[in-house]
Amino acid sequence: MKYVLSFFRFWYDFIVGDDWTVAVAVVTALALTALLAHFAGAWVVLPLSVLAFLGVSLRRASRRT
Amino acid sequence: MSGLFLFLAAFLASAVEMVEALTIVLAVGLTRGWRSALMGTGAALLVLAVVIVAFGPALGRIPLETLRLIVGGLLLIFGVQWWRKAILRSSGFKALHDEDATFLEETAAARAQGAVRGSGLDAYGFVLTFKSVLLEGLEVAFIVVTFGASAGQLGLAALGAGVALLTVLGAGLALHRPLNQVPENTLKFAVGLMLSSFGTFWAAEGAGAVWPGGDLSILGLLALYSLASWGFVNWLRREKVLRSSGQEVQA
Repeated sequence: MKYVLSFFRFWYDFIVGDDWTVAVAVVTALALTALLAHFAGAWVVLPLSVLAFLGVSLRRASRRT
Repeated sequence: MSGLFLFLAAFLASAVEMVEALTIVLAVGLTRGWRSALMGTGAALLVLAVVIVAFGPALGRIPLETLRLIVGGLLLIFGVQWWRKAILRSSGFKALHDEDATFLEETAAARAQGAVRGSGLDAYGFVLTFKSVLLEGLEVAFIVVTFGASAGQLGLAALGAGVALLTVLGAGLALHRPLNQVPENTLKFAVGLMLSSFGTFWAAEGAGAVWPGGDLSILGLLALYSLASWGFVNWLRREKVLRSSGQEVQA
């Protein structure tokens, strides 16, 4: 059981890292892109979301320090 | 053009991880003996090869759109973490990673474990190098396999990692010291930007979006994210200066 937990912890730290909200924001933005995929401008959603949530995450991190 | 970026991204990402692993291997080799350090490294590389051979070809059987959605999403999450840390380091909100300090810490820890007995295998040195090379190597494998599979150019991504291995090993052999001359945060910044750009492109495409200009959009994304990084770093630096001057006034 200990090994299974450390296996999952390793992959969680490896991919999700310090701020889990980044992972949630990416998944949400991708779901939104998929919903809007039939519109020509759907490609805008992901890069704009990335910049928005990165800004929020940086602001939070700078306030914690 | 995207082939060159793919090669560069695989090269830089692999080089950063390999410098970290080499620092620990050198620290263990110099303090506990090269036999256990090299055996630990060899065993970890063997496990890595098995993992890549077992999981690499399986990616080829997943439909390209699904693969790009999943892998692009993972690369984006992974890349944004690197990018975020690099911005925080550049603006002074996070300490720079110091390979010299890591080398000294690992050397002291290895010496504290007592003398190595005769010609037998030193378990401490073996386990430490095995663990470090395996963990850093898994990161390299993840980037190379996912990058290569999504772009349909696994060979090119593997070539980038191979050239990085030769470069880092060559530098390590020549210096016999941790590679503290490598501007690690600059490399991590570049890698974070590249992973995020490729990740955004592939994930949005996998979700059904159509990029104007096709593959050229990757360059546009790279330019947009680089410009945004410059803005974020300047904003955070100003924030830090304002906070420091506020604290001085209070004092």
